[in-house]
Formats: sequence, structure tokens, C-alpha cells
Amino acid sequence: MNNMVIFPILLPFISGILLLFFRNLKVQKTFSVLSLSASTLLALYLIADVYTNGIRTLDVSNWAAPFGITIVADMLSSILVLTTNIIALCVVIYSFNSIGKEREKFYYYPVFQMLLIGVNGAFLTGDIFNLFVFFEVMLMSSYVLLVLGGTKIQLRETIKYILVNVISSALFVIAVAYLYSVVGTLNMAHLSERIAEIGQPGIITVIAVLFLIVFGLKGAVFPLFFWLPGSYYAAPAPVLALFGALLTKVGVYSITRTYTLMFYHDTDYTHTLLSWIAIATIIIGVIGAIAYWDIKKIVIYNIIIAVGVIVYGVSLFNEAGTNGAVLYLVHDMIIKAALFLLIGIMAKIAGTSDLRKMSGLIKEFPVVGWTFFVAAISLAGIPPLSGFAGKLLIVQGSIEAGDYFGTFIILGSSLIVLYSIMKVFINGFWGVPMKIENKQTKTVNMLLVPAMVLVAISLAFGLGLEKLLPYFSQATETLMNPDLYIDAVLKE
Amino acid sequence: MKTNDVILQTATKVVSLVIVLFSIRLFFSGHYYAGGGFVGGLMTSAAIVLIMVAYDMKTVRAMLPINYRILIGVGLLTAVSTGLIAVFQGDPFLTHYYGYFDLPILGKTSLHTAALFDLGVYLVVVGVTMTIIQSIGESE
Repeated sequence: MNNMVIFPILLPFISGILLLFFRNLKVQKTFSVLSLSASTLLALYLIADVYTNGIRTLDVSNWAAPFGITIVADMLSSILVLTTNIIALCVVIYSFNSIGKEREKFYYYPVFQMLLIGVNGAFLTGDIFNLFVFFEVMLMSSYVLLVLGGTKIQLRETIKYILVNVISSALFVIAVAYLYSVVGTLNMAHLSERIAEIGQPGIITVIAVLFLIVFGLKGAVFPLFFWLPGSYYAAPAPVLALFGALLTKVGVYSITRTYTLMFYHDTDYTHTLLSWIAIATIIIGVIGAIAYWDIKKIVIYNIIIAVGVIVYGVSLFNEAGTNGAVLYLVHDMIIKAALFLLIGIMAKIAGTSDLRKMSGLIKEFPVVGWTFFVAAISLAGIPPLSGFAGKLLIVQGSIEAGDYFGTFIILGSSLIVLYSIMKVFINGFWGVPMKIENKQTKTVNMLLVPAMVLVAISLAFGLGLEKLLPYFSQATETLMNPDLYIDAVLKE
Repeated sequence: MKTNDVILQTATKVVSLVIVLFSIRLFFSGHYYAGGGFVGGLMTSAAIVLIMVAYDMKTVRAMLPINYRILIGVGLLTAVSTGLIAVFQGDPFLTHYYGYFDLPILGKTSLHTAALFDLGVYLVVVGVTMTIIQSIGESE
């Protein structure tokens, strides 16, 4: 019994409901910030608690483990919940000065909170059907956030986005139905135990691949990424930051969870497939990242690369690879949010997101420029910064596994990531200063604060990694030993 | 030509009451028989929609001056509060309590906090359905 575990889900829920009643914008803003700060502190407490006491579980409604819904906070979930809340706090502060009155009046902040219920819930749940429900909560809020404002491009892209996600949700239900008919349980720990008993026959491998298709559609891996560039392009900057940082990562987390907790008995097939898909994802992302001259598009394709890198780390299924994947996942959530906020600022200053039409921004906005530079080299993984350790461990893992081709692709992709993001920096910030119409220095400074906070957190993450590593190794330990998770949930 | 729908309107006056009573019955029978908050809520909104068809939006708004969006919030709040009762009692979230009570007219009755949760569902369903129908009906 530990109700603290469910409060990262309940807090945004309660504040989302209350925001439906209080339509005054000042109240909405203050309340959003208060609630998100409280969730952040709560997540910190949760991490400390899990670190000392091991995995914390809550049997909702007081029904014992396989029969009720269990909320499970292991170290990975707790870290991801903390990251989510920090990002959401920064994005909501960024929204104050950028999203505009029109959207704010139409339930922007309540829906924002609802999205967080979905994301936090997906990270914390220990039940596969409950995971589906939280996916839907997250997706429905994301539909609203994507279409809110009602411009032509938003309407068109939302249709595509909804269509793809409705299909993938239906597949999710079908996959759960298959799994339920084979093993007869929905609790993840119990599922894992029963799959281990029957030793993953062919049908379970088929279901594992079906889950890969479902989560791959959410997380945008190679053949299933087609919807992402267009849909994300339509969203306004803070919504884009939220989507880019959180939504695809929930898909990646679900792949990680299912492939390390349940479907790990036939790694020859499933994990080899996963690694090929991951490599193809990286290659596609790399091609997209160098092809475009639009700053939004470049960073959007960088999401796809990062998803590929993380999934590749998971597919290695060894200590170093998994640890690297977890580190890189957290790093990437923070840095992608920061980058989207920063390119939002760039687009606001220049009045366009076309790279060829902007130049010399550093003359007028030096702080924006150098913050972007730090974020850019952090993304590429230059040693003292946060992207380094994760990729290093993934490379170490892939060499241990003897997959030199994968190693080469990971290292090569870093180079191209650096090229693509430096292209933005060099063309956007250097060169002859462009004529900037209606310079809004004050607004830009207000927008810059949350972006700088995120970059600072990313810097601290890179520099203070020594201190954080025990937490991440605990997360990896649970992933590599499903028995720890099963014992904690089923209390054997 | 002005249409004459006296028959429809008179029938509505009788039928809508029956529908509302049936929806309440469905709502309360949910624990032991088929029914519950979801179908009860749908049935109630069906009654309101029938009145909308027979009369018009304005009449309905004068009759039931409810902001259905607020109703969604109230329903959600009811459901969450039911779960929070357990938290304050020191039990896991959403633990339900029940007991048998001797009520003045009804006699021995079993009361269960799950009914409060169902009430939340009922309000949300009515609120959502009516919001959808109202906003589509009023958009030009």
C-alpha cells in the first residue's frame, strides 16, 4: 500500500478537471505551474523512495496483483516520470508567451494536463490493457492539441494523424486479445511469468511482432514512421516540443518494457528483427535530416534518428546496451524539448522556418545563438555533454555483441546529426544579419528562459553523470532481470 | 407553410418522462443486473435529444439551464473524489466501501460507493453526448 505511486497520474487529472471550471487565464496559468511543480517534486520523492526501497507497487482498489490493476514504479518509470514533468513544466511556461489567447481560451491548459495523465500513466502502469487506455488518453489529448487553432494545415495533418493512430489502436486491441487468448492474463508481471512457463512458442513470437508493429507506429520506427514528419510539422512550437519529447518516447518505452519483460525467450528472431528495424530507422532519419532546409523538418527527422538509436540499444539485450538506451532516452527527451523550443524562438524571430531565408541572427540575439549551440553539440554527443555517455554505452554494447555494422551506423549517424544541426546553426545564426521586422526582444527573452532551463538541465545531466549513474544502473538491473519486477508485483 | 407537430410534441411530453424513468432504473440496477452509468447516461441524453427534436434548442435550454461542459467536469470530479475517499482512509486508491442500511421507506438497502463512481460516469456521458449534439446542432 503506497498511494504515492499513483499521484503522478492523479495530480494532472485533478488539476485538469479543476481547470475546466476556472476559465480565467491567470488562474489557469498559475494552477498549471503549481500542479506541475508539485508533480516534479513528487517524482523526485518517488525516485528516492524506489532507490532505497526497491520497486514500489500499488494494487488499485485493493485487489491483489494479477486480478486488479497494478501501478508499478520501478526506477525506469520513475526517471521517465520525472523527465516528463520537468519537460512539461518548461513547455507550459513557454506556452504563456507563445501559444496565443485564441488557443488558451479553448481549453489548452486542461488538455495539456490530460496529455500528462496519459504519458505518466503509460510509464507507471503494470497492466497491458491499462497501458492501452493510457495510450488512448494521451492520443486523444494529442489530437486536440494538434488541431486546436484550426488552421488549414493543422486540419489536414490531424486527419492523417488520427487515421494512423486509430488503426494502430485497433491493432493494439487485437494484439492484446491474441495475447489474452493465449496466456489468459493481462497483468504484465503475470504475463511474463506465464510466457516463461510455456517458453515462448511460435504464436507468442507472432504476438511479439504484432506489438512491435503497434508500438512502432506510435514510436515511429522504420517502415511505420511515414505519418510523423507531416503531422508534427503542423503543430505550433510548444505543442511540437511536447510531442517530440514525449509521445514517440512512450512508444519506445513500451517496446523496451515488452521486449525486456515479456518477449525475451526467442531473441534470435525478435531482437534481431528489432536491431534491423532500428538500423533502418537511423538511416531513414539521417537521410531526412540532411535533405531538408527547414529547421522544423531537420529536428523532426532527428527524433526518428534518436528513436532508432534507443531501439537499437534495447535490441542488443545486454547490460551495456540497455543501460545506454535508458541514458540516451532520458537525454533525448530533454534535449529534443529544448531544441524544439529553441527553433520555435528562431522561427518567431525570423518569421519563417526556411533556413535559406534566415541568417545572422546571432548579431541581435547572441544568447539564443549560444544556447542553441550548446544544445546542438549536446545532441550530437560531444564528450562532456549529456548525449555522450548513452551513445558510448550503446556502442560498447554493440561491440560486445559483435555487431560491427550497427556500431558503424550509430557512429556515422552521430556525424550526420552533428552536420544537420550545425547546418541550422551556421546558416541561421552566422552570416550577414538579416532584416528583422518587429523585433520582439522582450518576448524572445521570456521564451528563452524555459529553453535555457532545459539546456542547463541537459548540461547538468552530462556533467553530473557520475552521481546519476547508480540510479540508471538500478533501472537497467530491473530491465535485465524480469524476476525482480515479477517478484515485486506478485509479491512472492 | 408552418408545420404542425402537435402530435409529436404531445407524444414527447409523455414518452420523454418514460425514457428518463427507464434510464434511472438502468442506472440503479447496474450492480445486480444489466445496466449502469454508461447506458443510463446515454438513455437520459436520448430523452433530452427527443425533446430537442420535438421542440427546439431554445426550449430545451430554458427547461434545463445546464452548461453541459461543466457537467463533464462535475462528473469527472465525482468519480475522482470517490477514489480519493479511499486515499484519505489509508487504503489504495479507488477502494470501495459498502454496507447494508435500514432506510425509512426502502427498508434494508445495500449502499456501495461504486454507485457514486457510476454517478460520475453517468454525468460525464450525459455531458459529453449533449455537448457533441449541441455544438454540432448550433454550428452554421
